[in-house]
Amino acid sequence: MSLDLDMAEIHAIFFEESAEGVDVMESGLLNLTPENTDIETINNIFRAAHSMKGGAATFGFLNISSFTHGVETILDEMRSGQRDATEEVIEVLLASVDCIRDMLAASQNQTEADQGNIDSVQQKIDALLNNKAPAAIKSQPVKKPVSASPAVPSRGWKIHYAPEPNIFKTGNEPKRLLRELAAMGDMSIVSSLGDDADFDSMDPESCYTSWDIELRGDIEKAAVVDVFEWVSNQSEIRIEALHKEDADVPESTLAASTEQTDAPSAQVVAAPKQAATQSAPKDSGSIRVSIDKIDMLLNLVGELVITQSMLARFGDKENAGGDAQGLRDGLLVLERHTRELQESAMQIRMLPIGASFSRFKRLVRDMSTKLGKKVELKLSGENTELDKTVLEKMSDPLVHLVRNSLDHGIEMPADRIAAGKPETGVLHLSAYHEGGNIVIKVSDDGAGLNRSKILQKAIERGIVAAGEVLSDDQINNLIFQPGFSTADQVSDLSGRGVGMDVVRRNILDLGGRIDLQSTLGQGSTLKIRLPLTLAILDGQLVRVGDQVYIFSLLSIVETVLVSKGQISKVVGTGNVYRLRDDYIPVIRLHEAFNMSSETLFSDSEEKKGELLVVVESDGKKMGLFVDELMEQQQVVIKSLEENYLPVKGLAGATILGDGNVALIIDVPGLVHSIDMRQLENAPQSSAA
Amino acid sequence: MASILAVDDSPSMRQLVSMTLRKAGHDVHSAEDGTDALSFAKEHGVDVVLTDVHMPNMDGITLTAELRRLPSYRFTPILVLTTESAQEMKMRGKDAGATGWIVKPFDAEALLRILDRVLEPKRN
Repeated sequence: MSLDLDMAEIHAIFFEESAEGVDVMESGLLNLTPENTDIETINNIFRAAHSMKGGAATFGFLNISSFTHGVETILDEMRSGQRDATEEVIEVLLASVDCIRDMLAASQNQTEADQGNIDSVQQKIDALLNNKAPAAIKSQPVKKPVSASPAVPSRGWKIHYAPEPNIFKTGNEPKRLLRELAAMGDMSIVSSLGDDADFDSMDPESCYTSWDIELRGDIEKAAVVDVFEWVSNQSEIRIEALHKEDADVPESTLAASTEQTDAPSAQVVAAPKQAATQSAPKDSGSIRVSIDKIDMLLNLVGELVITQSMLARFGDKENAGGDAQGLRDGLLVLERHTRELQESAMQIRMLPIGASFSRFKRLVRDMSTKLGKKVELKLSGENTELDKTVLEKMSDPLVHLVRNSLDHGIEMPADRIAAGKPETGVLHLSAYHEGGNIVIKVSDDGAGLNRSKILQKAIERGIVAAGEVLSDDQINNLIFQPGFSTADQVSDLSGRGVGMDVVRRNILDLGGRIDLQSTLGQGSTLKIRLPLTLAILDGQLVRVGDQVYIFSLLSIVETVLVSKGQISKVVGTGNVYRLRDDYIPVIRLHEAFNMSSETLFSDSEEKKGELLVVVESDGKKMGLFVDELMEQQQVVIKSLEENYLPVKGLAGATILGDGNVALIIDVPGLVHSIDMRQLENAPQSSAA
Repeated sequence: MASILAVDDSPSMRQLVSMTLRKAGHDVHSAEDGTDALSFAKEHGVDVVLTDVHMPNMDGITLTAELRRLPSYRFTPILVLTTESAQEMKMRGKDAGATGWIVKPFDAEALLRILDRVLEPKRN
């Protein structure tokens, strides 16, 4: 029988559940204080550790299983009340969680774990365990159900087996044991009825029989003992060597040999070591979906089938030309169901942000301890759901923002008291829906941004020209500029610039935006707005020449009719258009995409002016000439990278109702490239 | 072949056990904790139950004891999967009415070998 299972697949499941297990352990430990030791919390942590140890041992990650063994022992002592949850214990367990996470990641990605750190935490665990035989912790003895005693061949065995009457009630069947013995060699059996077996009072569910067996062959005693392993405490069993000439084997009862069997076997059982040949990808690639969502989806598919059969009637020749009203009704139902189906399918990718948020408990705890600050973390809107990819990509930026708030936003306790604020600062993470977007807010009641210092710094760094007048918002937004404040720590504002441009870049890449509000002395709030999903776009279709392009509706500010004379050429910048008080750069899409001009002017020449679509990204506007505005519709984004090649200026493609492919304009990318050109050629912005 | 109920809160262990048993031609049902398993067992009969010990909601020992109270499970083989090499957990299992145990970690071959003990041989 072939047993080559797809271990890579099972390993992937193991890594995914272990990652969850680690999170369960961590959040459980964070809820544990010396004053509050909820037994159910400890049980949860224990179970997570226990499962992880078992899985790791089964799948051959022996370093993880042996490390987790010590952790599990401590937790087991805690849940049985033999050990108190002191600060020290919790601290060591939290450090262990980091080690396990590190080892899991190393195994999964086939990289090296930080062995130095693991060893030092292992020492702390060992110290906690009171030097309780460290060797036993290091190499967890795994008993193999085979005795380690030397193999003793014999001509055979004489076995007496008398089970207790209730043997059947544990699901054990003497007949199966006998069958197993029979498979080992040549067997003869004499069965006898017990003395107390009175036929009239016999319980048909009890066993009154005992057996005397002679088993001949070159059989190890351990193998015979093994057969009786499960029933040894419910039976009278004697095993003797069959021939007296083999009497060098001492007669022994099973009890004695069972003890031998229990001695830690010298060789640790090797779990299947067929490690995945190809390295598992870092992202799990799978998703857990609640049954409700799947039921909803199935329900809708069912509805769709009904609608289909309803519409199919009109395909019949006999009905053709008949019931136009019925056809229209059917199409309406189809439209509704298709839309609902699309929404439900999107729902599958949505995950609550809570798991992401609760990771910050640890970060806040560790950082505030390190910094000597008192911080309370408030979470709200944990059930707000976000697209899985968006959620994963937001993870790093959020960590960054929280760190900044802790490090530079919230003041030291003494400073807070001096400023008349409560000693403990509050960091508030919240998520909610707003319009078609998801908003994530990171706010603190710390010192806030010192705008005059920021402006001074920006001037020093050459980001802003001296004497330039900027609004409060513009000053706040300077911290998102690349190169703004990195190295030297100047009071409470520096450091907020560290990597803030990267944070903003990441959010823009997701089609979102970030805004900052800050009041000196009262705190700062960073507001991140993200699209609900990356897979679907509310699109505005436009025609350029004979091609259809799509803009994200969110990026469009307005559309204006422009006559030729209103476009002026500015050296180094290209064409600009004066939109009220601002000059905005404009480009012709047919030029940008190298389209032949013949198809172009043929019909736009007759018009009095040209249509200019004004788009905005990241607070900057630009104009794009198009020939015609068409309808608006939701489009499903197909990746160009996956299906063709990445193309500059395009965010993807979609397939229209008529089957044609339409390209989606990458507005942030275009704005960014124009921006770069301006920076290179004309340092002064066109701000009024 | 046999119909087997595999109970484990860890998806990877469930997958390992299910895949192994299915490859060997068995009919496998899985449950993620004792409560889940018990309600399945009440609705359907199975030939063998394999259960993990430490699980949320209802652990494997309680499950074993509960199953034994059901008339149709009085004699059904119930095997406890345990990482405890110590006698204690095995004995707790036995006391609850378990048929035997499988010590973790195990590989596919070991699982089938042990399972063979409680399966009726193929007739004909």
